[in-house]
Amino acid sequence: MNDNKLFVASSPHVHSPFTTRRIMAYVIAALAPAGLAGIYFFGFRSLIVIIACIAACVLSEYLWQKLMHQASSIKDLSAVVTGLLLAYNLPPTIPLWMAICGSVFAIIIVKQFYGGIGCNIVNPALAARAMMLISWPIAMTTWTLNGVSGATELAMMKLGTAAVSQATAEPSAAAAAPDLFNMFIGNMPGCIGETSSLLLILGGVFLIYKGIISWRIPVIYILTASILAPLFGHGSGSLITVLYEIVTGGLLLGAFFMATDYTTSPMYAQGQIIFAFGCGLLTALIRTWGGYPEGVSFSILIMNITVPLIDQYTKRRILGEPKSKSKLKKLLKFKFKKEFKSELNTEKGAAK
Amino acid sequence: MKLPLKLRERGASFIGGVHPPEGKALTEHKEIERYVPKAGGEFVFPLSQHIGAPCAPVVNKGDRVLAGQKIADSEAFVSAPIFASISGVVKEIGPRMTVAGSVDPCIVIENDGLYEQAPALFDLKNKPSVNDYIKIIRSAGIVGMGGACFPTHVKLSPPKDKVINWVILNGAECEPYLTCDNRLMIEEADAIVDGFAMVLKLFPKAHGIIAIESNKPEAIEIIGQKIAEKKIKNISVMPHKVKYPQGAEKMLIWSITGQEIPAGIGPLPPALPADVGCIILNTRTVWQIYSALTKGLPVTERIISVTGDAIANPRNLRVPLGISVRELINACGGFNYGGLEPVKILGGGPMMGISMRSLDVPVVKGTSGILALSKFTAHIEDESNCLRCGRCIDACPMRLDPELLDKAVRRRDYKLFEEHLGTNCIECGCCSFICPASRHLTQSLREGKAAVMAARRKAQAQQASQSSKQEAAKK
Repeated sequence: MNDNKLFVASSPHVHSPFTTRRIMAYVIAALAPAGLAGIYFFGFRSLIVIIACIAACVLSEYLWQKLMHQASSIKDLSAVVTGLLLAYNLPPTIPLWMAICGSVFAIIIVKQFYGGIGCNIVNPALAARAMMLISWPIAMTTWTLNGVSGATELAMMKLGTAAVSQATAEPSAAAAAPDLFNMFIGNMPGCIGETSSLLLILGGVFLIYKGIISWRIPVIYILTASILAPLFGHGSGSLITVLYEIVTGGLLLGAFFMATDYTTSPMYAQGQIIFAFGCGLLTALIRTWGGYPEGVSFSILIMNITVPLIDQYTKRRILGEPKSKSKLKKLLKFKFKKEFKSELNTEKGAAK
Repeated sequence: MKLPLKLRERGASFIGGVHPPEGKALTEHKEIERYVPKAGGEFVFPLSQHIGAPCAPVVNKGDRVLAGQKIADSEAFVSAPIFASISGVVKEIGPRMTVAGSVDPCIVIENDGLYEQAPALFDLKNKPSVNDYIKIIRSAGIVGMGGACFPTHVKLSPPKDKVINWVILNGAECEPYLTCDNRLMIEEADAIVDGFAMVLKLFPKAHGIIAIESNKPEAIEIIGQKIAEKKIKNISVMPHKVKYPQGAEKMLIWSITGQEIPAGIGPLPPALPADVGCIILNTRTVWQIYSALTKGLPVTERIISVTGDAIANPRNLRVPLGISVRELINACGGFNYGGLEPVKILGGGPMMGISMRSLDVPVVKGTSGILALSKFTAHIEDESNCLRCGRCIDACPMRLDPELLDKAVRRRDYKLFEEHLGTNCIECGCCSFICPASRHLTQSLREGKAAVMAARRKAQAQQASQSSKQEAAKK
């Protein structure tokens, strides 16, 4: 045995089987069923949009890293996840060049400009969707199902013409709109990957079961958004609206797959609860009073940029550290006001 | 002191930790075999095999020494003497490579194969009294045999104002692959229980706990039986959940007593187990205490698991100290060639062990295992970007934030490192183990700790020299 062949390194010398690539592969597997449902309901074009987004994301990451003389990171599959998530957030009729523009924006401007995987401050797919929604509002909000174009359920809820409110008044209109079961399996107008609640929930539960994401963000987010929106007066205000809030729009896709993005969500349990609650509150606010019918993307994007602050205020007490009130509790007690006052006083004293 | 019953029933544990692949099946059921080396081999005894002052040799080149004869000692309190494990002639006193890869002063003895025994440490006709225990333990050169190598007599003489309520025998053996403590508890249960009872005589107020992870049911059963047979009331066995690092002293104390050892904040070092009324001893240390107090034997041997998937015939061996690692591996059939060529040879377990760069290094008091890992089990991968997934935070048994501390160390921001209490890291390796991006977090934290400690020592030295200068100026 030649000793020169021995590898010397710092301990530990074994490693858990979970690597970045494996985590991303699990996420792709969890997302796949909802995409298949999208292709089934919206037709072959959805598949083309998905492929275009993934290809554009992977290719732009590869070319950027080649140009910048960086080690390529396309093998970790994170660009595939970004492309997949972006495609899921687009209507099936979107022109392909727009989808490709969005993908390049997501990878280069949102992800690589900040330093690549793990360094972006907002979710790349959501930021790209927001950019596209602002740039091409009509293309981004044209929905067709079985060749008939129409508004999404959320837009109808905003206008007060949703199935749930119409059901009592005009039975004929209610028959035209999809019922709760069809909405649950995904047979309604919407983005490619967001309509099938059933398969999104299955995918999310799979990720929680595998330990990829924690239950905190999705569960708290979904509950807060779906309970607060009807309380604010969104929809008809009856109890069943809670279910409509969950199955319509991108709430499930956002809660299970976008808000739980490692890089742009808090790392501590306490912080994740605050983050999820904030997302839910903002979603309910936008859905009720905002200019857009849907608020999931914007609420997650807004909460993304609060993450560094949340992380700072939710640090744990280490083992053996004296028990003192956490930074968060101190903040809640408005102690900073006193400190601010005393600072002011000293400044005044100095001025005198 | 009364035991928290609930804890005892459900198998105690701590928050955090990881579940590395156990790998214990390789040697779990293999009895400890005595390995007697042939005449002619070289035995190397590093002069520093413990925490504290290194020893000075008490023999000269050319002297003939007997097995169990003292060959090096020190005047310092925090130190432990070193004994020859074989009889033979001192060949050289000079630098040799040790397991850690550093070249340290060593005594080299050539084995004459006669194994002539030196007289016992004390007259065996008179049973030693409790007052003499500490003295005998010191003279037997006993150190923490789990790997930390802290001199046991120092541990057993806590400051007078500290009341010791718990004496814990650490049989958790949470390191994957290693099974030597497990086998020792099964095969020498009598000695372990008696030795532990002797230690408890030093602390009449304390309750003895034998902590064993529940993946060693045989050991739990046998030790429990022996305690019942001997009708010892102040010792109980407590099964623990199988989780790494269950055997780390802070985790063990937390899961047994619910007490937290005060962390080191600012310039204060972390407190010791004695500060919360606990003393922790390794299984092998207790066995060594037993043989020192009843047979007058010093530390000349230890039990080692020679294992790993790259070893042809993994075994548990009882070997004389100072033997070379290469000889032990050959005694276990050499390497398992044919796809399973070793890429890493470790002294100790896979989570905290040291990877060796040469096999011609001696086994010392703290070597608990020799592990040869093939490319399938050893982890050799480049780092990639941190995902901020928070797995390291969940895994850290000290509840630190390895991700933040790692970033602080990488930009040499040691102030931030200290602020976030990075010096409390116990270097257990959980964060590096769990990191999906393979970031070398433990290594980074180790570096940070070393840098902070060095800066503190420097500041202290400066202060000392300044104050001495001032005094001189006053005069």
